[in-house]
Amino acid sequence: MDDWLTFILERYNYWIVIMLMMTGLYIVFARGNLVKKIVGLNIFQTSVFIYYITIGKIVDGTAPIYMGGELEAASHHGGKEAGGAGHGAEAAAHDAAAAGEAVHAKIDNSALDHGQELKDALKHAPAPEEGGSLHELPDAGDKIANAMGDHLGKTPPADASGFDVGSAAGGAHDAAGNAAGGVGDGAADALHGAMDAVVYTNPLPHVLILTAIVVGVATTAVGLALAVRIREAYGTIEEDELEAADEIAEFGHAAGERAQAEAGAGA
Amino acid sequence: MNLIAQLPVLPIIIPIVAAPITLLLPKGRVPHLWACLFSWLTFAACIALFAEVSSTGPISYHLGDWAPPIGIEYYIDLANALVLLLVSGIAAVVFPYAYRSVQLEVDERQTPLFYGALLICMTGLLGVTITGDAFNVFVFLEISSLSGYALIAMGARRDRRALTAAFNYLVMGTIGATFFVIGLGLLYQATGTLNMADLADRLIGQDNRMVEAGFAFILVGMGLKLAMFPMHLWLPNAYTYAPSAVTAFMAATATKVAVYVIIRFIFSVFNFDFAFIGAAFTYVLLPLGLAGMFVASFVALFQEDVKRMLAYSSVAQIGYMLLGLSFATVEGLTATLVHIFNHALMKGALFMAVGCVVLRAGSHSIYAFAGLSKRMPVTTWAFLISGLSLIGVPLTVGFISKWYLLQAAFEAGHWYAGFLIVASSLIALAYVGRVAEVMLLREPAEDGKYAMPKEEAPLSMLIPMWVLVAANIYFGVRTDLTGGIAQRAAETLMSMAGGAP
Repeated sequence: MDDWLTFILERYNYWIVIMLMMTGLYIVFARGNLVKKIVGLNIFQTSVFIYYITIGKIVDGTAPIYMGGELEAASHHGGKEAGGAGHGAEAAAHDAAAAGEAVHAKIDNSALDHGQELKDALKHAPAPEEGGSLHELPDAGDKIANAMGDHLGKTPPADASGFDVGSAAGGAHDAAGNAAGGVGDGAADALHGAMDAVVYTNPLPHVLILTAIVVGVATTAVGLALAVRIREAYGTIEEDELEAADEIAEFGHAAGERAQAEAGAGA
Repeated sequence: MNLIAQLPVLPIIIPIVAAPITLLLPKGRVPHLWACLFSWLTFAACIALFAEVSSTGPISYHLGDWAPPIGIEYYIDLANALVLLLVSGIAAVVFPYAYRSVQLEVDERQTPLFYGALLICMTGLLGVTITGDAFNVFVFLEISSLSGYALIAMGARRDRRALTAAFNYLVMGTIGATFFVIGLGLLYQATGTLNMADLADRLIGQDNRMVEAGFAFILVGMGLKLAMFPMHLWLPNAYTYAPSAVTAFMAATATKVAVYVIIRFIFSVFNFDFAFIGAAFTYVLLPLGLAGMFVASFVALFQEDVKRMLAYSSVAQIGYMLLGLSFATVEGLTATLVHIFNHALMKGALFMAVGCVVLRAGSHSIYAFAGLSKRMPVTTWAFLISGLSLIGVPLTVGFISKWYLLQAAFEAGHWYAGFLIVASSLIALAYVGRVAEVMLLREPAEDGKYAMPKEEAPLSMLIPMWVLVAANIYFGVRTDLTGGIAQRAAETLMSMAGGAP
């Protein structure tokens, strides 16, 4: 029962998306007012934007802006404050290829509470790999580092795989930063603030959605412009009145009137 | 950096640079000549590209020299080289044709806007065809659709219903495009890439619910865009009330490009290892293709408006394309590709003939066609020949399409589909025959609403129209040209998808 509830709650972003999507579609189909239809269309499109943005989000991740200098400073800072953990993180930040080992070192050195959790994370790491979700990571060391980072970053498990793929695309340096961030989150509060800055959210979905937003705005503009022209030509933007007006233009009377006339003739 | 190395990007760059400049030109003749010039340049680039691809094989072009999958790739093989050639070729004949027709049907102040939008629409369609990046397909699709909505609405000068038709198309088209984006999002979540070739690699073995849902969204989204029966409701009104030149261009290209996108996704991105692809063929494309062939043809039979009749016929013809696709054989795919090409030729010519009648009679009602052979014999014969091609009479391209399709149906063991193809062609005979009877045997109206002078359409319209009619006959006799290329393209696509399902 609990599992079932967490399954639903962890995916709350999808529920929001689905609800918005259905609301938007319903408005498009059920409303006769053309402007309301456009608004419904907008809500529908927005739900898709939210879907894209949430699949790119990593918990505690930041905007994907490369900050080489700050990263180094953060590592040093963390190193002073958190001893072994800091060393591990520093190594990870400096040497991407050795990221995996850096985190190993961290586990060995760390006398902090979450050592056991990190080991667990290491055990877990191969599991998503089998699913194929991590296959694009450059090498095994990074895979583990990244999986650990995410695990400790408390990303919902099912989504973690999806997020990883994107974040890993940023390269080994990214992965190292990720691991460092994870360590900071899980291990030491002092490290937390400094390290957070280098967990990157997957930028690609955001960029795609920027494009889609431009398309959406253009669609809205064209749609509203058409509504204005329809108002000029027909004097109304209600769909049923438009249909009646077309009917009258074509047959000389509206469908309803014709039915009435026929009924009258029958009687 | 030589021009040949940059050839693949030219069909996009040329019109998209020319289009905004069109808006700055003074109204009248200048924007038309400008747009014509660039549509021909684009056509020339597409011919060069086609020659290159057919002699040396597929070309992969990296935009900005960013290697895929990070950068955007243009990937051109025979299948899309053929569609590129088709779209730019139709544009190259429609642009010269448009001048007189647009003069009558579109407000003069809007001419720069009109030609600008038409160029952008062409760019979008070419972009959808040429790109090897899945998200790029969406962007170009919306570029072409948005300009398409505006173009259709420009028919409002003659009939205000163009506005509501454009609005409905906008709502349906946007829902379709958004569905397509949802599908891409699911695929991206499953693979982490958007490059088509890369997607195909990473989808291998991922036969799960997410990929399945992604495919369903893409199929439905594109189904709306290509007016797959029963999602065709936007099409008849949009084609009926749009300006004649726009109808001729869009009927010949827009839906074809959407069919191409479905082909590209089914064969190059997904493949036959996915069980749901086979299911989509058997339970979606085959029955809907057949239903579309019949229902739409039957509805076409009862239309008073020739343009609307041809629009319904387009829905039916899309049914043929989906039917060929659903056989999932090299023969079926060849038939679909051939029909994409041939249908564009015949529908382009037919809608152009209707445009000529509209120019002289001011209407596209069937009553305006009464006695047309006595008033406009050249136009009448253009309509008749392309009408025969639509039915599938030998020596025209329509026959070649039906021949390939029948062959494919029998080889795939769907003999009943073969009979249904013939039966639906008979309905086409009935609705084309109805117009032919009115044109040839009725007396022209002497006075009243549909009276018209005994005067042919101007040469600027007749020549482009007869170019297409001649193409109808030429490619109907030289079958090795389209058939051979389509077969090679189909074999390539089929090998990408990994043989029979």
